Amino acid sequence: MIADIQTFFRHLADSGINLTIFYDAFDFERFITGLGNTLLLILLCSFFSIVIGAIGAAVLTLSKGLGAAVVRGYVALFRNTPLLVQMYFFYFAIGSIMPVTKNDIGLPVPLLGSFSWAVISLSLYSGAFNVETFRSGVGAVHQSYEEAALALGYSRMQAFVSVTVPLALRFSFASLANNLVDLTKATTVAYAVGVAELLYVSNQIWSDSLNTIEMMNVMLLIYLVLTGAVVFIINRIETAMRLPGFGLGGV
Amino acid sequence: MGDANVLARVLDWMPFVLTGFGLNVLMSLLAIAIGTAVGTFLGLGQLSQPLIIAVPSRLATQLFRNAPWLVLLFYCIFLMPYQVGIGGSVIVLPSWLRATIGFSFPVAANFSEIVRGAVNSVPRGQWEAAEALGYGRQSTLFRIILPQCVTRMIPPWMNLYALLLTATPLSVIVGVEEALGRTQAAVQALSDSRMLIPMYLALLAMFFIYAWPINRLSLMLERRFRTK
Amino acid sequence: MNASSSSQPLISLRGVRKSFGPFEVLRGIDMDIRKGEVVAIIGPSGSGKSTILRTINGLTPINDGVIMVGEIKVNDPKVDKVKLRHRVGMVFQQYNLFPHKTVLENVAMAPIQVLKEPRSLVEERARKLLGEMRLPDKADSYPGELSGGQQQRVAIARALCMEPEVILFDEVTAALDPEMVKEVLAAVRKVAEDGMTCILVTHEMGFAREAADHIYFTDKGLIVEHAPPAEFFTRASDPRTKEFLSKVL
Ligand SMILES: Nc1ncnc2c1ncn2[C@@H]1O[C@H](COP(=O)(O)OP(=O)(O)OP(=O)(O)O)[C@@H](O)[C@H]1O
Ligand SMILES: [Mg+2]
Repeated sequence: MIADIQTFFRHLADSGINLTIFYDAFDFERFITGLGNTLLLILLCSFFSIVIGAIGAAVLTLSKGLGAAVVRGYVALFRNTPLLVQMYFFYFAIGSIMPVTKNDIGLPVPLLGSFSWAVISLSLYSGAFNVETFRSGVGAVHQSYEEAALALGYSRMQAFVSVTVPLALRFSFASLANNLVDLTKATTVAYAVGVAELLYVSNQIWSDSLNTIEMMNVMLLIYLVLTGAVVFIINRIETAMRLPGFGLGGV
Repeated sequence: MGDANVLARVLDWMPFVLTGFGLNVLMSLLAIAIGTAVGTFLGLGQLSQPLIIAVPSRLATQLFRNAPWLVLLFYCIFLMPYQVGIGGSVIVLPSWLRATIGFSFPVAANFSEIVRGAVNSVPRGQWEAAEALGYGRQSTLFRIILPQCVTRMIPPWMNLYALLLTATPLSVIVGVEEALGRTQAAVQALSDSRMLIPMYLALLAMFFIYAWPINRLSLMLERRFRTK
Repeated sequence: MNASSSSQPLISLRGVRKSFGPFEVLRGIDMDIRKGEVVAIIGPSGSGKSTILRTINGLTPINDGVIMVGEIKVNDPKVDKVKLRHRVGMVFQQYNLFPHKTVLENVAMAPIQVLKEPRSLVEERARKLLGEMRLPDKADSYPGELSGGQQQRVAIARALCMEPEVILFDEVTAALDPEMVKEVLAAVRKVAEDGMTCILVTHEMGFAREAADHIYFTDKGLIVEHAPPAEFFTRASDPRTKEFLSKVL
């Protein structure tokens, strides 16, 4: 079976479409590694950026003082500067003052590698957008719901957690899906600090195998599938959490 | 080495980096111009009734909206010719110009969605009212609907521009010598790891000072338009 | 109904003032409500009726005056909000049920989460209350699946489930279609007849007349006059009251 596939793509290569990843074991392995790293970046950064967004929005909603000012400053800084410069700043500038450990054979190893820095940088960048998403989700929940909870003896914090947040989440999905699509696309920037993600390995493969156009098309197709999958998953969650008589189309 | 010395050395390099930043601004202005023009057609195309126009417009919009900017940039750098012949003359396409074209695609797709969203935000009743007055679809769109929603498109368009500007440093990856590239060159020339953080902070500040007021203004306009 | 006029009032307001910015909404309100009494507040729109109710359970803080609920001083900044809202329930014009919780959860959640009562006990009580509100088969529905009248009866059950001493009703029928007004008014009347102290803001004059023990009339942040209904509707003395009654009756 696998041999058949390989044979097919070898023949295809003879006719001008050279997809080495489907018949060359080495290229195939590189490619799968890259795809795996891209998926890992998407999953980790989605998780951390959502956590950052949730905490930031909670601080903005519940506090008026220093905490809120810090969150607003963070959002403004990360939204109004280039992701790539942020990533270089973390990787090269901050990385230069980070402690260095030694590995088994005594060579110096930075405490955080390029993958970790990419995760940190992408999470902070995407998190800034998620703060705004969740914050406007909270803004979309009519104040009367919180008031009803207060009238039942809930504290502001309790009302926020058990009434405002669950409703705000439902107003946030569309914008969250958008942010996560942007994050998925932005993982390619990790290429710049040498993370072996999809773009990076594709570049390696087309440099070695001289099949630039084919690899670019494959890569583009994969990103379209990935962004499509993100939207699909968020839509599924949104549907599963839809409430009768409540939401954008409802009351 | 004192703090004043660090600051002085950063300032020394600023003219060099700022020249590069000029290229970021130039690329962003060209790309927003091309992207807005193309995006207007794509957006109106998405809204048009004949499927032969609507379907390709929708597909192109989705394709360029969901493709990573960096991937589109690679397409333009690797697959576009280095020079084009128009008539008898040959025009050389330097890499910054090819990068600019690469940025124009996602801008066009995003603007196409802005146009579609703005037109769709006009209540159905407006279309019906115009139809009742004998307007055709075309003239309803251009005489009744679009004049109402042009203002609504301005804030997201400004956000798109700010986003585009902050994306232009990606072109350093394909060899354009803009602000980030020049910062890297400066850091290398300084060959002092203590200068890394100040130099990158200066670069971040440059982008922030340019982009932040645009986003603020956009937010203000959005609030103004909403309350009207 | 069975008000003993000699006993201490359960709720008393003295010289209550409230401003929103430069605009004084309450300009010195005095009220006394005894245990078991049903009091209706009527008056033109914007005269401060809702604001009076919201000051009693502390949703709206006041600028001046004293509000007592039993021995709780509501305008004390250190007031125990949980204790206060345990004693004072509220039903809103727009029901304000939580759309992400089922009917049963809406009714039972506050006693469980706020009063820390055992779940089984609370749910049993909640089901009983839903039965009394004639909604026994709606326990597992979501609020969005119910009619306005049904939602408002759930909201009443939710207030009752806290076992308060007094319930504030703020125009609970104003958002309802005419055919649902009756069923909700019947529910409110049942609550009143069971001995609950009730303060209701209403535009339903007929209902105020037959259900209330005492009627307060507000205009521009002041209580213009108050009297038992029989007297109020026949011998109103203040010209503002007369004008209002001539419009609504
Ligand atoms: N949170 C607030 N901020 C500013 N003004 C307010 C606020 N709440 C109420 N007001 C104002 O106070 C006045 C009295 O409001 P209130 O809701 O108590 O009137 P009401 O008698 O209940 O009227 P209605 O019959 O229309 O419900 C109104 O003019 C209203 O605009
Ligand atoms: Mg009111």
